[in-house]
Amino acid sequence: MTQQTQMTQNSQNASSERRSEGNPFTPHTEADVEAMLDAIGAESVEELFDIPPSVQFEGSFGIESASEQTVVQDISATLAQNEQLTEFLGRGQYDHYVPSLVDNLSLRSEFLTSYTQYQPEIAQGFLQALFEYQSMLVELTGLGVANCSMYDAATALGEAALLADRVRETSGSQVLVSDLVREERLSVLENYLAGADMTVETYPTVNGATDAATLAEHVTDETVMVYVENPTAIGSIQEELSAAGDVADEHDAAFCLGSDPVALALLEEPAAVGADIVVGDASVLGLSPAYGMGLGLFACREDYLRQVPGRLVGVSEDASDNRAYTLTLQTREQHIRRERATSNICTNQAWVALRTAIHIAWLGATGLVDLAAECVELSRDLAADLDEIDGVTAPVYDRHHFREFLAETRQDAEQVAADLESAGFAVHAVDDHRIQVCITDANRPERDEFVAAVEEVVA
Amino acid sequence: MQRYDQATWSETDGDRYEPLLAEKNEQQVDVAEQTSLPDEVTRESVSLPELSEPEIARHYTRLSQMNYGIENGVFPLGSCTMKYNPKFTEDVAALADAAVHRDRSAESTQGTLEIYGRLQDYLGRIGGMDAVTLQPPAGAAGEFTGILVAKAYHEHNDEGNRNEVIVPSSAHGTNFASAALAGYDVVELPPSDDGRIDLDALEEAVGDETAALMLTNPNTLGLFERDIEEIAEIVHDAGGLLYYDGANLNALLGQARPGDMGFDIMHFNLHKTFATPHGGGGPGAGPIGVTEDLAGFLPSPQVRADDDEYELYEPEHSIGKVHGAMGNWLVLLKAYAYIERLGDDGLADTSTKAVLNANYLGSKIDLDIPFGPFHHEFVASAGDRDAADFAKRMLDYGVHPPTTKWPDIVSEALMTEPTETESRKTLDQLAAALNAVAEEDETTLSTAPSSTSARRIDQTSAARSPRLSWHALE
Repeated sequence: MTQQTQMTQNSQNASSERRSEGNPFTPHTEADVEAMLDAIGAESVEELFDIPPSVQFEGSFGIESASEQTVVQDISATLAQNEQLTEFLGRGQYDHYVPSLVDNLSLRSEFLTSYTQYQPEIAQGFLQALFEYQSMLVELTGLGVANCSMYDAATALGEAALLADRVRETSGSQVLVSDLVREERLSVLENYLAGADMTVETYPTVNGATDAATLAEHVTDETVMVYVENPTAIGSIQEELSAAGDVADEHDAAFCLGSDPVALALLEEPAAVGADIVVGDASVLGLSPAYGMGLGLFACREDYLRQVPGRLVGVSEDASDNRAYTLTLQTREQHIRRERATSNICTNQAWVALRTAIHIAWLGATGLVDLAAECVELSRDLAADLDEIDGVTAPVYDRHHFREFLAETRQDAEQVAADLESAGFAVHAVDDHRIQVCITDANRPERDEFVAAVEEVVA
Repeated sequence: MQRYDQATWSETDGDRYEPLLAEKNEQQVDVAEQTSLPDEVTRESVSLPELSEPEIARHYTRLSQMNYGIENGVFPLGSCTMKYNPKFTEDVAALADAAVHRDRSAESTQGTLEIYGRLQDYLGRIGGMDAVTLQPPAGAAGEFTGILVAKAYHEHNDEGNRNEVIVPSSAHGTNFASAALAGYDVVELPPSDDGRIDLDALEEAVGDETAALMLTNPNTLGLFERDIEEIAEIVHDAGGLLYYDGANLNALLGQARPGDMGFDIMHFNLHKTFATPHGGGGPGAGPIGVTEDLAGFLPSPQVRADDDEYELYEPEHSIGKVHGAMGNWLVLLKAYAYIERLGDDGLADTSTKAVLNANYLGSKIDLDIPFGPFHHEFVASAGDRDAADFAKRMLDYGVHPPTTKWPDIVSEALMTEPTETESRKTLDQLAAALNAVAEEDETTLSTAPSSTSARRIDQTSAARSPRLSWHALE
């Protein structure tokens, strides 16, 4: 046996001994356990459990423990089964470059391993970061209040409708959303509203956007909230937002706008078009596409303040009269108001909000507006190139687009998507002859190859 | 005695606080000049801070130094289960192959689906449940999902008239809120003298209108509901379902399973029991497990293995979706890594040491603990002291205090849960801090803390005149 083999065997024995003791994250030595049992006055740890024998678990889960290295290698190998595709996918989740600074700072353990700020005197750092996040969203939406993190855009939309129901003075229980809202969001919304006996209806869009006159035909006095996305799930930029807001107003319905922090930097300011609530996914900055993991953006008018769901950070003073931050208006929350709380949300997406705030700070005003402008130019140029391909029309709707657009194909769209996947690209098939294409700074390097692949596939 | 002096940063004359980014440099950009879009669809301007990268790096580094995390010290918040979070799980979450778009085809994301499916399977085994969904993005979202599943089940069986959910008065506030969100009337169940479920009161409360009983076991006083089998029988006989709140599962891991106790639905708090960091309060994840009868009502999509392929499918009577995508994937991935690392023995050791630590700490403190025997947490009383003041003074001893003033069954409650990752030495320090504060005069308590980055903060005025963004400071 060579020396090296001997060493490997020894280290394997040693680690298997450690593992057989159970748990690498419990720091107790045998002497500790003995001393602690002595102090308690117990003979054994088993004695401390007050579980009737009839429900004690005697079996095994059949889960083998593994070394840290093995776990990392196994997961790495398993995930590597994912095909390496360049994603031209969007529809509410977008890939923008996340600066290195975001990981470096957010992974500092004082942030990553902290908890809800129930003791603000030792949580000033996180509280200030959340306050700055709220402030950035207040600036981008123009609305008076932004909460500091909900789960994702879909659940934020559900909370918005419940808020609208609470603040609206007249009766009625219908929420009206555009027919472009993706069905996952619709399903979440319906689940949020079922308990309040509210219903969701869709109104038709015209040429890929909200048409105020058509909307007006569908709004009634039963309507509690009108929801419009800008840009829409197909990337179209709305041109009749103010008019849509007026329609909602005329029926005393809340006007809720769906967007994201990048689009908000460029497109019409929600407050300026009469929006009462803004929802969306803020993780578009700060997080890579993490299989749809998000950060619910939620902002609203200041007079809705006492009805806002979720956590809020406010400024106050400490005993030395210095500025200090604290969670505030907690009487709205479930740990105090229980079944009468504005929401059941407790654990939220605070750490993602920190990442988003750092990303926005890194970009600054200029960088954020530039990024937004790039989303317009990139999609416009790509649509123009695809449109030149025989058998492709892009964009389907003659409007301005943000990041993404629909393209019509002569061939079956599912087949086009499947063929593109074989060629290394992921796109979304919308219906029989339309695919959806999304471009950002992240997939820009592959755009020419993508155009070539589309040309090949539809030929 | 250990002391914890938190960093305070001053960049301005005489002020102790770290200034806001906006105070350092706010820049206004004229939007119209930056885009080819017409004015009608664009905004006029944006005002945000604009700083160099080193300035931003220092700003957030300083903020981190004014923040307490589990690696700074113990976090014995009862019912919150704040334990040490292994580092390697972050490496796993950072793998490039983990960052796939949610709309990718199942065929092209077999790796992601395999881990997703395996975690469903592991959690089912750990909870003694037949089917699991990973979609709910937090514990309360899991509660909401579980109650929606119960509702759909009753409606499917023509029992949609069941409109009440029973919740013990000591339960987590989220139980009440989640049941109400799902449209139920909440029936509060008072405790018995020993802090557990009062079987007579339960018999009284259940009936034709009972949809479910939501129960935490061990409960929020750290007590095991020994009568759990009778409780299950009472609820089931009345036609209701038994819901397990997984917030305290850390105390039972590998010792007992909710499914074996008669629970029909449960949620897991991956960010508590399975040690995924939830910085600043989140993200977490709240998968739910259900018995076979309820599997068809789970959210869509579910993941299953068919031959060698993993695929997505919609359960027969699915309630639809409770999250826009597949839940908090990165959190799921970290929890999976943690479970793989520990295996059967490690998971069982977790609850063993958590219970040992709680009992040891309980034996070392001089405060009254009215209820027992307890498992992973106990509720001590601060006696004639204000529990909130008591907590503030503990900050000066370098430890995070317990959860205060809850559950209100115990007056001036200090709900304490040390978790399994604390050493005997740390527990001795925590006990010393609790005992020292108990000896101090009221003035010291009411003016504490003094060694932290901020002194006692005026929370009343923060709520009375809310200032919620830097615009409110201008």
